[in-house]
Amino acid sequence: MAKTMLHTVNKSPFDNGTLQTCLKFARQGSTVLLIEDGVYAAARDTTVSKQVQEALKSVSIYALKPDVEARGMQDRVMDGVRLVDYEGFVDLVAQHKAVQSWV
Amino acid sequence: MSEESAGGVAKKFLYVNRKAPYGTIYALESLEVVLIGAAFEQDVSLAFLGDGVYQLVKGQNTKALEVKNFSPTFGALEDYDVTKLYVEEEALQARGLSAADLVVPVQVVSTQRMAEIMEDQDVVLNF
Repeated sequence: MAKTMLHTVNKSPFDNGTLQTCLKFARQGSTVLLIEDGVYAAARDTTVSKQVQEALKSVSIYALKPDVEARGMQDRVMDGVRLVDYEGFVDLVAQHKAVQSWV
Repeated sequence: MSEESAGGVAKKFLYVNRKAPYGTIYALESLEVVLIGAAFEQDVSLAFLGDGVYQLVKGQNTKALEVKNFSPTFGALEDYDVTKLYVEEEALQARGLSAADLVVPVQVVSTQRMAEIMEDQDVVLNF
């Protein structure tokens, strides 16, 4: 895998602009991992889902499964967003050059 | 506005929930305070605005997260005579949700109606 950056977003896209800022700076081919309240961005049919779908054309987007399930969002994840468990999270960190946590 | 109860005057309390569950402690703390207020036989209502509506979403499973899933507690509020749960319609729609996606029956209200409900309270607490 190319040595790109892994971005993590842990804030709800409806509560503040963290996701929007992350997507603005995430370069083509990099990876975004949605964790904690960030996983709400992975849901279909919301006011931000179009923006996330657009982002999927240039970045890979993952969501942390334990956080998705805790919030009851497991049946609402949009196509193109992949789920990872904690081991998958570790693998993503290992596969990337650096991690930027958009806290 | 207020009516007499055994221990004194019952006031109208509204708890306004605006945060998603689990990401912060606000949602759980709100529920704790709601139960305390109900134990003191106050006239309790709950409002859910913005990300607060996520607290009520069905199918929450916190096993892998290893924290308490408190969504079933909303179903027990009726036992404490807490039956007035108001949900902002706009917040549901923005998140692709409807009343059928929630763990308890609620009253889905317009933003204007929610403002009126807030106006009608003695005490309003935000979480």
